[in-house]
Amino acid sequence: MPNPIDPPSVPHGGPSRLSRRELLRGAALMPVAGALAACATPASKAPAQSAAPVATSAANPFGVAADRPLEVWIFDGGFGDAYAKDIHQPLFKVKYPKVEVKHNSTKEITKVLQPRFAGGNPPDVIDNSGAGAMDMGALAQDGQLQDLGPLLDAPSWDDPNTKVRDTLDPAVIDFGTYDGTFHVLGYVNYIHGIWYSQKVFRDNGWQVPKTWDEFVKLCETIKKSGKMAPFTYAGKHPQYLYEPLMTMAAKIGGKEVLVNLDNLEDGAWTAEPMRQSAAAWAEIGAKYLMEGTAGLDHVQTQTAQNKYKVAMLPSGSWLENEQKTTTPADFEYGMFPIPDFTSSDKLPYGTLHSRPGETFLVPAKAANPQGGTEYLRAMLSKKAAGDFSELVRTVSVVKGAGEGRPLSPGAKSATAALAAAGDNTVYFRWRNWYAQLHDEAVAATGELMSGGLTPEKYLERLQKKADEIKGDSSIKKYRR
Amino acid sequence: MINRYRRGLFITAFLAAPVTLYLVYVISPYTQAFYIAMTDWRGVTATPNFIGLDNFVRLFADSIFWKAVTHNAALLLLLPLLTIVIALFFAFLLNVGGGGRGAAGVPGSRFYRVLFFFPQVLAVTVVAVLFQQVFRPDGSGMLNGPLMALGLRPVGFLSDPGIAFWSVLGVMVWQAVGFYVVLFSAGLASIPRDMFEAAQIDGAGRVSLFFRITLPLLWDTVQVAWVYLGILALDVFAIVWVMTDQHGGPDFSTTVMATEIYRNAFTYFRFGYASALGVVMFFFTVGFAVLSLRLSRRERIEY
Repeated sequence: MPNPIDPPSVPHGGPSRLSRRELLRGAALMPVAGALAACATPASKAPAQSAAPVATSAANPFGVAADRPLEVWIFDGGFGDAYAKDIHQPLFKVKYPKVEVKHNSTKEITKVLQPRFAGGNPPDVIDNSGAGAMDMGALAQDGQLQDLGPLLDAPSWDDPNTKVRDTLDPAVIDFGTYDGTFHVLGYVNYIHGIWYSQKVFRDNGWQVPKTWDEFVKLCETIKKSGKMAPFTYAGKHPQYLYEPLMTMAAKIGGKEVLVNLDNLEDGAWTAEPMRQSAAAWAEIGAKYLMEGTAGLDHVQTQTAQNKYKVAMLPSGSWLENEQKTTTPADFEYGMFPIPDFTSSDKLPYGTLHSRPGETFLVPAKAANPQGGTEYLRAMLSKKAAGDFSELVRTVSVVKGAGEGRPLSPGAKSATAALAAAGDNTVYFRWRNWYAQLHDEAVAATGELMSGGLTPEKYLERLQKKADEIKGDSSIKKYRR
Repeated sequence: MINRYRRGLFITAFLAAPVTLYLVYVISPYTQAFYIAMTDWRGVTATPNFIGLDNFVRLFADSIFWKAVTHNAALLLLLPLLTIVIALFFAFLLNVGGGGRGAAGVPGSRFYRVLFFFPQVLAVTVVAVLFQQVFRPDGSGMLNGPLMALGLRPVGFLSDPGIAFWSVLGVMVWQAVGFYVVLFSAGLASIPRDMFEAAQIDGAGRVSLFFRITLPLLWDTVQVAWVYLGILALDVFAIVWVMTDQHGGPDFSTTVMATEIYRNAFTYFRFGYASALGVVMFFFTVGFAVLSLRLSRRERIEY
């Protein structure tokens, strides 16, 4: 739907705030240097004037002013923005009927909001997601993010005796913490695995593979059947493939394999579990990929799967919602975890890569950060989170929010896999911490899968990039 | 006296506005880029730190930057060369290469002229999206469909790092040729017909007509074309950004300076570093323009 985008009030001062007449008069009178200084260079500006503080109470833990407007920006991606307008905002309004909620959405968060951060007047709540999301590291480093620690310790929206902290999947807190401060709230549990059609597997008598040997054999069987290609991934976006590669390395060598990558440890990339995993996936790349995979994007490959041209692809729990318009009614999405590589894997069968996503933040320099934080508290209520997961067919980070609700086959399968995994979930953070490393891994993984790089050269190349980043003083380092 | 004073005022009043606009919107961003290039600005803060020439030092050690420079340099050489050669050939055929007396174009030349010009009318992004489909790596691709129907393996026009650059170059040439056909046709129209007729009477064939008359008399236009195409080759951005995988991939095989500026600014949030890249690119472009005008300077032929 068309979203009128509020023209961001001009961030740097400067001519665009003047009328044309004033501009022309100004041009004649003003010393040129003055006009020049007003333009693109970052200029400090007094933070938004804060109105008189409002007393906090158990019902209003952050001191939200009853009538101060709240500006919300939602990333309009796989989940759309209807959930914010139809679920979250009405809920917020129940408690704060006089607060005017200004809803906005965009597909390009950075383009719209980066100038507003630089100008010192960011909005109050941002769903900072999608390919055009802002770099959280840069924002955190510059002190642009509100400390959301008080949100974790506030009573939950539903129950004054429970803290928000205790209603959340703990990974949310790990993931949203930058240098010891909780800044970023992931709202969705992205659960990664290999996705297939339960109907296709049933009809052909194919079994979900539990070991790597079974997986390779299944690929061989599918290939020989001639009915469809065994495997594909979003070839244009090889991060879809480095994800199972990382997960499998962690399964082989334990969680510390990924921790070492995140911490830029020497030789982390060239470690043995990484080598085994890279070699295994390169073999799939060489033998079992759908024709043309390298040049297709996620939607094209996912659509090929919906058309029964390919059996399996790696993706996350947003897949079902993203494909809802092209999936045949009886397709029945299912997801299985990365199979055991050998019987001596460090992590058991069922280990999953699960990561909080769809990240929300409150800018520290917003006009109404109290309102922003309160909005997040409303979002984390059981009803809001449950309605959300039902609407967009996904798994929320709020514990038990999906209970008793009808789930689609894919979401059901992913939820069950997550429950079965228990504590055996893994994740990595270098992707968000070091964007350059991500781009290098994307480029190199594409080459690994198409045979342009051997597994050894692939890992050497990424090790080199990681070392480069480690040695670059301009890049802020994080540890976990 | 008063008259002269008033005329001066009149001119100043008229010039003040455009000159100021130019200063504010063109010169000042350039100047500021020079300043930002010497800071560690990440785009979200109001107070960047001054770090001197660090960004430039880092830049010259950056292997992707050098890849981008290489691609720009290859484009700088090949894009004008291919475009001009093809455009000259077509313009010649359309105007004087039809054979027969009177140095006319080949039959149907009016139609071809429109056909050649057509790609110029399309927006660059439209062209890029169009060619993404033309180059699709599976049976739905316009080029790969027939190949696969013949039982051949599909070609990774955009997904094979060894081929992708040539695909981009091909599209750029395809889009540019039409305009230069028209430009050269206009140049040819100003050459008196009797020169061609006289040469024909003396027994000149198409080849000598082209090399002895057309090319020398069109030299000024070719020179202009060279400079324009050179600048196009240095600033190429949209076609690479939209058409190629991973915006300059696969594996950085098509990346150019402009896409690296964008990536550093809006993906890595290194606005200072991106500005340093912009400053370097600015000097490349100015250097190229000055050099090419110097080198191609020669005497004008009067006719």
